[in-house]
Amino acid sequence: MAARILYCHCAYARVVPVETKGAVLEGLVRRDVEFQAVPDLCEMAARGDARLAELAAHGPLRIAACYPRAVKWLFASAGVDIGDAEASVCNMRTEPADQVLARLVPGDPQ
Amino acid sequence: MTGLSVLRVVIAHGSAGDREYEVVRALLETGYPVARVPAAPGPAADDEIVLGSEQLPDAEPTAVVAALERLRRDRELPVGGAWKPWFPVIDYARCTNCMQCLSFCLFEVYGVSADRKIQVQNQSNCKTECPACSRVCPEVAIMFPKYRHGPINGEPVQEDDIRREAMKVDISALLGGDVYAVLRDRSARAKSRFSKERDDERALKERQNCLVALRQSLDVPPEVIAALPTPDEIRAKAEAAAARAAAARGES
Repeated sequence: MAARILYCHCAYARVVPVETKGAVLEGLVRRDVEFQAVPDLCEMAARGDARLAELAAHGPLRIAACYPRAVKWLFASAGVDIGDAEASVCNMRTEPADQVLARLVPGDPQ
Repeated sequence: MTGLSVLRVVIAHGSAGDREYEVVRALLETGYPVARVPAAPGPAADDEIVLGSEQLPDAEPTAVVAALERLRRDRELPVGGAWKPWFPVIDYARCTNCMQCLSFCLFEVYGVSADRKIQVQNQSNCKTECPACSRVCPEVAIMFPKYRHGPINGEPVQEDDIRREAMKVDISALLGGDVYAVLRDRSARAKSRFSKERDDERALKERQNCLVALRQSLDVPPEVIAALPTPDEIRAKAEAAAARAAAARGES
């Protein structure tokens, strides 16, 4: 089963470098891949948004967001377990955009 | 928590031409999730709207957002971005259910589940930019993902962050009459990330700042301030929380 891609724009804070998240989003848009982009995972988790469970329910998930420990327990706070084996988290606070894109879309020639 | 979803926009790759990135970014920054699909998508769900090349003739981002706002209001769907999502997230792999966070927080952000487990129950009560409860957590189990520095922001926890005994704040001392003695006790502070970010002194100051800010705000009615718990009430809450924690651990 192909991995799903989830991108968090962290829209309500300035902790993710604007250049990094912009380059990752633009890289995804330019590639012919399916992805889900959300304004802010924290806000979704606080609302208990049912889409979090939907995202985690369909096989492997590759997430572009922030620190993996924070992302894992944010999902958990909304009652959604993203198993360590089923989800990989790219940290846009610390990783460069090209590295994040390479992990989100492995094998892509761009 | 409501479980509600905001209106999601489904866009097929290429439907917005060269401006696809600008449109997607504008949607995200105004609170709309986006599902980008490679080809013509299927029928939309009630909380979705599909935008194809017919709906995106010029793909002017502001016009797209304005049209969606009208649609969202017509469907009475919630709007994203109504508040800055600042709240604690508990790492249950580290949490020992000691209830210190519940005792320390002024604003009833924390509660206890039916099975007597500490929980974040009132996220929107949390005061933006105040990570005080995280600083006093003895197990480095409380994160604020939007905080700037580690380990509070979710960075991996290092040995230096774990000084459990040093961080077991005496709540009665902090909240009672011996506050100044606690503040004077600076001698053992290490020059480390721990001392800068996981610091009971800073936590206490942040907690006090929250109270001052509330008092100064014209938007907070006096009765709300008056309803804040007194030190005695907080101490009683701490004792009750400790009793619940002991019961949860099976102690008599």
